[in-house]
Amino acid sequence: MKKLLFLFAITVLTVNLVSAQGYNVGDKAADFRLKNVDGSYVSMSDYPDAKGFVIVFTCNHCPYAVAYEDRLIELDKEYKQKGYPVIAINPNDPAAQPQDSYELMQVRAREKGFTFPYLFDEGQKVYPVYGATRTPHIYLLNRSGNDLVVAYIGTIDDNYRDESAVEERFLADAIDALLDGRKPEPDFTRAIGCTIKVAN
Amino acid sequence: MKRIISVILLAIIFSASYSQVPELSFEQLEPRLSTTSDSLYVVNFWATWCVPCVKELPEFEKLREVYSDKNVKVLLVSLDNPRHMQTRVLPFIQEHNLKSEIVLLDDPRSNQWIPLVDESWSGAIPATIFFTKNSRSFYEQAFTYKELENIVDSKLQ
Repeated sequence: MKKLLFLFAITVLTVNLVSAQGYNVGDKAADFRLKNVDGSYVSMSDYPDAKGFVIVFTCNHCPYAVAYEDRLIELDKEYKQKGYPVIAINPNDPAAQPQDSYELMQVRAREKGFTFPYLFDEGQKVYPVYGATRTPHIYLLNRSGNDLVVAYIGTIDDNYRDESAVEERFLADAIDALLDGRKPEPDFTRAIGCTIKVAN
Repeated sequence: MKRIISVILLAIIFSASYSQVPELSFEQLEPRLSTTSDSLYVVNFWATWCVPCVKELPEFEKLREVYSDKNVKVLLVSLDNPRHMQTRVLPFIQEHNLKSEIVLLDDPRSNQWIPLVDESWSGAIPATIFFTKNSRSFYEQAFTYKELENIVDSKLQ
């Protein structure tokens, strides 16, 4: 009996540990206050009129992240005015990946003409809360009363390599669903990406 | 002198053997991700641009060498863009003198195939599966040689 209880305790503990690793669709998302490439600090609470947010963990160095830069700018232009602005966050530690330093983020944002904030997750405190594992990694948040609820997790579309060959625009479809008052379907997708870089 | 020439010839043959890396769709790769044989397979997903992948590749090379007589087979699956085959992938293989079997997975619709490799894979690389006909383990992480050895030893028992 004791053994059973112990096993039960271990199981509960393990399940809790797993769920503590980040957000699932339906979870409430926490706000953050991170430094933007222009030197200002950005929080989601700075956007009282937003219906939600496209939070994208991305970076300078990863070819998959780079492949999606232009598409992110287009998505931001299209959906910011509909209430869902893009906020990009670089989760990498520059000590492990020098190309992802704050200074080089500034350079990249300028070169590409990012229309959205590009924030530095200094001390790597935000990405583990969300449970991001790779760049790029998208969390679409939807306002529900005072809360921001995770509505979609995953990738931008189904072809990182060739935008003209895209068949499914997962993220755009998910935002359109929210705008129509529907639940995104699918609400979870996967893609190859670069691991988030942590210094040893 | 003859010996030197044969060594040089062998070197040429070996380096020439990597002038080709097959480009596979996931459909073509999938049969390589399970087995009915008695071998232990180690399949690593990597890319030339992935720093932690590049760092651990020598450990997979060492594993293949050390366990070559124990029926352990290593397959390295590159996720590089096939457009970079001649300019990056093949030069990288030569430069790092990789001897393991290498294929390039040319299939951008990763949302479809990632869960078929492993349901728990978020998509970050490096990622590695170890499988025999009876068991299967998946890891979304980079390895030291010691860690690889521990997993392989436990599977060989």
